[in-house]
Parts: sequence; structure tokens; C-alpha cells
Amino acid sequence: MTAETETAEHDLPDDIVVLIDVPQYERAATFDVERGYSYNTLAATQNGNPLFWDDEVADELTDGAIAVPTTLSLWMRPHFWEPGADGEQVALQVHFDLKARFDLPEAVMTDNTLILHEPVRPGDRISHRQVLRSVSGPKTTKLGSGRFWVIDIEYLNQRDELVGVESYTGFGYRRAGDTGGDAS
Amino acid sequence: MTASAPVLHPSVAVDDTLPDLIVEVTPTTVVLGALASRDWRPMHHDFKFATERNGVADIFLNTPNQAAWFERYVTDWTGPRGRIGRMTFRMRDSVFPGDAMTFSATVTAAEVDESGCGWVDLDVTLRAVGPDRPERVCSTCSARVAVPVTADDNPWSRRGDDWRP
Repeated sequence: MTAETETAEHDLPDDIVVLIDVPQYERAATFDVERGYSYNTLAATQNGNPLFWDDEVADELTDGAIAVPTTLSLWMRPHFWEPGADGEQVALQVHFDLKARFDLPEAVMTDNTLILHEPVRPGDRISHRQVLRSVSGPKTTKLGSGRFWVIDIEYLNQRDELVGVESYTGFGYRRAGDTGGDAS
Repeated sequence: MTASAPVLHPSVAVDDTLPDLIVEVTPTTVVLGALASRDWRPMHHDFKFATERNGVADIFLNTPNQAAWFERYVTDWTGPRGRIGRMTFRMRDSVFPGDAMTFSATVTAAEVDESGCGWVDLDVTLRAVGPDRPERVCSTCSARVAVPVTADDNPWSRRGDDWRP
């Protein structure tokens, strides 16, 4: 599978064209950054970096504990369920909107960029906004036929300091021979 | 315990290579990584969904967890003073339970920017091989990490215009 993205607004529906470069879903997390949850990522990757395990090192280098930098998106991911929620809660809503809009039941991510700025710290409350950058014309890969799209996410802390920018390339597709099915 | 600085910028040169890291991937590796990143999508924990719905061989490593593996690999080399500024990776194939994944890297640039920050650019490759799968390149990653230019330099102290990832 190869990511092939391009801005091909000429063949895009008008309701998609108007969304390109427009911030969507500007919202704050419903929970604070928590040191304990970072340990799950450290354990999952067997990461023994003393910056995250030794308070003396953290005090010396970062003036106290920080979150594992590549956990940036974690702090904006919704709970799987919460009171009043309707259906599955998803993190990258623009991605799922595009799947639904183009009736593409499956999707994978092909590319990811992280640009890290001010460290995220326990107790921070992160907010973000999602920006659709491009949608390709129809493409066929070994997975199936669909479209690539690029979505940027800007992350801020509660002091409106930029903590990071992330970019995803997604490929929404329909498997060969699949003519039906719900978007998931 | 104090933060050591095993890699100083003047000691790094283009074409230097990093030690390989080899990890045996289990279903727990995949599921733990997905849940640690709060990624509840079923292709990262539900075999039937992954194989029958997505059409892939098994559940597979999710994107944020791959980022965390790349971070672990790079900072194993730099030590705790290493501060990643930018990371871009392309996932060409999936990593499945039963695979042995190998991380390797080569230094592609080493420069000090106008603010005095010492940057090292790395090309990192994640290969995997499984009992029923040939060795393949699963992901390629370009990482830009700041390392100390002197023994008492600390890239983490940089803010604002002094931090240009």
C-alpha cells in the first residue's frame, strides 16, 4: 500500500471542497493529562527512558514530569463510552465523516507526522482542532478502491500554547467485490 | 540518579548507524499498544473484525503505538536529554502478532541551527518477519531529534524561538 495524495478539488463534491483548510471540531478534552496513563505507553513499548520513570531526572531536565511526547493524540481521544454519548465515540471525526460521505466502509492510516512543541504535562487540559487539507481522486490499491485524504490536527494546552501538530493520511476504501455495508 | 548524556552532537556524523532493536510481537503487544493510546478501533484487538472485515492477516499495530515505538528506539540511543522535534512515518505494511520487528536507523544529517540547537536527522526503518510472512519493510520514518551540543546542554530547556522542530 502506498499513500498517494493530491489535491483534486476539480472532482470533489462542493460540500467537501468547502471544508478544505477550514478548522472543524474545535474542542477541549473531557479529562486532564494523567501521568498514570502514560505508563501504559511506556509499558507497551518497554520504554525505560528515566525521564519518565525517575523524578530526579524529570526535575533536572524538564522541571517536573512530562507526558511521553508521542502520546500527543491520546489526550484528545474520547472515552469509548460516557453518559449521554450516542454511538461509538471516535477520535478523528473528520476521517469518519469522509468515510461516510464517500460511502467507504473501510479505512487505514498510511502516513503520520508529529511536530512536537511545548511538552505536555500532567494536569494539562488539551484542546484541538481538525483541518481537512486534501482529498484525492479515486484510487485503487491492493486493499480496494477509495480515496486518500490528509487531515491536520493542532493541539494546544490550557494556556493556548501550541504543544504539537499532527498530520494523518488516511485511505478510505471499499474492498474488491464489496458492494454494500455500513461505514464503520 | 542524574540524567546522563550518552550522545553529544559533536560525536554524531552522517552515515552513523544505530544499534538494531528486535522485538517479538504478540497479541498483547498489539492490544496493549492500542489501549495505551486510547485507540478502541476493533482492528487492533478483534481478530475476526481485522481478518473478515478489513481483509488483513490479523490484528495489527496501530498508528500512535508505532509512533511510540519509534520514540522509544530513538531515545534509547540519545538518552533522556534527546528531544524529538519531528517525526514522519509511512506505513507500507502492517505489523502482526507472530512477527519479529526490527528497528534500524542511519544518521542523514547533523547540524546546529541558528539558535544553537543540535539536530540529528535519522532515517529509521521498521522491518518485520513472521512465521508465515516474509521479511518486509513495514514502515519508514524520518525523525529529527535534538541532542546536547555540550555535556551541560539540555534541549528540553528550549522554548519559543529557540525551539524550531
